[in-house]
Amino acid sequence: METLTMKVGSLLLVAFLAFVAAASAADSGFAVHMWIVVAAALLATFVIANKADFAALARGGAPKPDQSRYDDDPVRWGVIATVFWGMAGFLAGLYIALQLAFPVLNLNLEYTTFGRLRPLHTSAVIFAFGGNALIATSFYIVQRTCRARLAFPGLARFVFWGYQLFIVLAATGYLLGITQSREYAEPEWYVDLWLTIVWVAYAIVFIGTIAKRKEPHIYVANWFFLAFILTIAMLHIVNNLAVPVSFMGSKSYSAFAGVQDALTQWWYGHNAVGFFLTAGFLAMMYYFVPKQAERPVYSYRLSIIHFWSLIFLYIWAGPHHLHYTALPDWAQTLGMVFSIMLWMPSWGGMINGLMTLNGAWDKIRTDPIIRMMVMALAFYGMSTFEGPMMSIKAVNSLSHYTDWTIGHVHSGALGWNGMITFAAIYYLVPRLWARERLYSLRMVNWHFWLATVGIVLYAASMWVAGIMQGLMWREYGADGYLVYAFSEVTAAMHPMYLIRATGGLLYLAGAIVMTYNVWQTIAGRSRTEKPMSDAAFDPEADRPIVSPQTVPAE
Amino acid sequence: MADKRVDEPTGTDFVGHEWDGIEELDTPLPRWWLIIFYACIIWAAAYTVAYPAWPLINSATQGVLGYSSRAELAEDMAAVEAERAPLRAAIAEISIEDLPADEQLMQTAVQGGRSAFIVHCVQCHGSGAAGSAGYPNLNDDDWLWGGDMAAIEYTLIHGIRNPNHDETRISQMPAFGADGILNDRQIADVVSYVRTFNGAEEASAASARGAELYTANCAVCHGENGGGDQTQGAPNLRDTIWLYGGDRAAITNTVTNSRFGVMPRWGHRLDPVTIRMLAAYVWSLGGGETAPTVPDDEGEDVAEAQSNEPG
Repeated sequence: METLTMKVGSLLLVAFLAFVAAASAADSGFAVHMWIVVAAALLATFVIANKADFAALARGGAPKPDQSRYDDDPVRWGVIATVFWGMAGFLAGLYIALQLAFPVLNLNLEYTTFGRLRPLHTSAVIFAFGGNALIATSFYIVQRTCRARLAFPGLARFVFWGYQLFIVLAATGYLLGITQSREYAEPEWYVDLWLTIVWVAYAIVFIGTIAKRKEPHIYVANWFFLAFILTIAMLHIVNNLAVPVSFMGSKSYSAFAGVQDALTQWWYGHNAVGFFLTAGFLAMMYYFVPKQAERPVYSYRLSIIHFWSLIFLYIWAGPHHLHYTALPDWAQTLGMVFSIMLWMPSWGGMINGLMTLNGAWDKIRTDPIIRMMVMALAFYGMSTFEGPMMSIKAVNSLSHYTDWTIGHVHSGALGWNGMITFAAIYYLVPRLWARERLYSLRMVNWHFWLATVGIVLYAASMWVAGIMQGLMWREYGADGYLVYAFSEVTAAMHPMYLIRATGGLLYLAGAIVMTYNVWQTIAGRSRTEKPMSDAAFDPEADRPIVSPQTVPAE
Repeated sequence: MADKRVDEPTGTDFVGHEWDGIEELDTPLPRWWLIIFYACIIWAAAYTVAYPAWPLINSATQGVLGYSSRAELAEDMAAVEAERAPLRAAIAEISIEDLPADEQLMQTAVQGGRSAFIVHCVQCHGSGAAGSAGYPNLNDDDWLWGGDMAAIEYTLIHGIRNPNHDETRISQMPAFGADGILNDRQIADVVSYVRTFNGAEEASAASARGAELYTANCAVCHGENGGGDQTQGAPNLRDTIWLYGGDRAAITNTVTNSRFGVMPRWGHRLDPVTIRMLAAYVWSLGGGETAPTVPDDEGEDVAEAQSNEPG
């Protein structure tokens, strides 16, 4: 009873404080955000008070959940959130791709200009789609590989809902024009503080679960999740150090200035790619690939070496985003050589993933989920070769500021992050909702082909566009004068932009097929179709070890 | 766990760990992977010796090749400058009226001017220099402020209607409607008259009324017969080229509210040779005029004649 009172009391306090902040806000954007917080706190109060089992409380203590099952509620919510935010993010991406081809789609409204919708797209796909996928899969994987239920289940639920509030505040802020203008770190100081609280709670749940594990060793997926959680915390806090203009307003100024500011930003930006989109998703790969292939991981030694070399080298590579700028030459050199050294450590993950299929290569033909994983690893390998190559200064002088960069990012994001996440969702949904199988494996195959063709159109058109752009910008005539106007280069890009938008449309179409498939599976239907092969699953074995039988060795 | 088990399909030993059914093989590191990894590290180390790399307390190691990106840029720029220097000097030296006659110099100037044009001018005048409403088309031979080389150069240097710049080209048409000089009916009549100049409208009672108003209010700048006056940027009203549109609505708007088109001055932003090249490029587009050949002693008379003309 006391906990319930405490919870409801503190939520009402939060609602009251946010109300006061909304009333005395210095700008309208901050006021809107505080009203959102009031609404979220009241909604949470209502749900908690409504769901409380007062009879049980009166008898002294609510019933304990079934300790012989894993704590999968936050995972289920996370899977749904991943699909939902994925659709939102892909749609926003398609829309801004069309805006580049047809500027009239900016609609002459400040809220729908490319400048505001672009961070909405990037944050929706990276932090909302990718972030929810990472939180959900990490909660799923850490329980199974530790044979233990989540530590601090209440905190785990706070992490999920707190993270959704962060997403809503970030997204609405972009549309309202609230931004600190740091790429992939646009939300302002108070949203950053909120995410810090949520992230620390996430770290506590994850590390707490590892601490109470019933397995002697920590599985490699959990090393990668740990690296992801700890490094993102560090990056987020340092890059967002800022002084608010007013505690009742949305505007703040960075603690850094000039080239130091730029370097801090790209130290953050590059490692958001390294630790969020690489390390975190490698963790997913290390669990779902061997599970779906039903094969052992290719090489334990490779996993150790490539893990440590990857996390050691990645953190220094950020300066390659600032070649030929005010950044001192020595920092540019180091950014470049660390990126080159990063090539093999990145490929270690691809090798370990692909070679895990040794002895099960036939499944690429028969199992569409395996096919997705293999395509994800192929794009991972391609992007992590392309990245070091683009960090070479001679290449960068052509590729920088062009759409080649956009093509590179999307071959990684759509190919690697997207495909491995879709595969994980297809693996998880029947198991989490206790269905015999997915509604349709053939639809997974459809999704695979739509997404693959979409990525190929996207990446190929942006490579061509980027190289063309770079060459046109630097084209000098025989007399030593520039040949093309910027507007001529922009006009030349138009057909490429159309192909890119077509690729995005196909990718979105694949995601719609997935949404339907997931929906039907959760609803308990299964499509009558010719069967395809899928990994076996024994719900009875999918249980934590309840009584402490094995004491952790380390 | 201690027993060595072998994975059948690959013939590799298991490590012996197991998590949720996942096991690991004891495969050694792939040799090619390791060799490339080491090669990258060795290359990286060598590169940091050759180029500026390691931060020290007050500076950083300079690298044995003595490279710096600023020096590289300065070198590249100096090389280009050196290559262009003789022609640039020649362009600076020659009298601007004589430039078109020197074929090689003119060609260089036009090339350089085009390059400067696509950076600085296309935003308003368009990449084909065809302009748009409010921004003159530079391909035709209709010039507001003069279309010979010297006049274009002057316009480029001093701009049009620039605030706080004494030498800028400036003139201002009264806002006949907004300032209450003419009423709507009178403006409609003037518009009718103006549109008879190029045959857009037939002469009518309205245009006859407008003619009187025109003589009293407009002829002082635009000339009795609508030919315009380049010395004060007054457009020629007899042709079919209209900066803000030649239909009734557009002309009515112009007469009622006036226009005040501004062009930036480039004299303090671009060097004199680049400006000269821009003038050559714009002049070469098709409508360049030859400078009026004015013997020195007759100069005064011509100026007098021009100033008398509107009267």
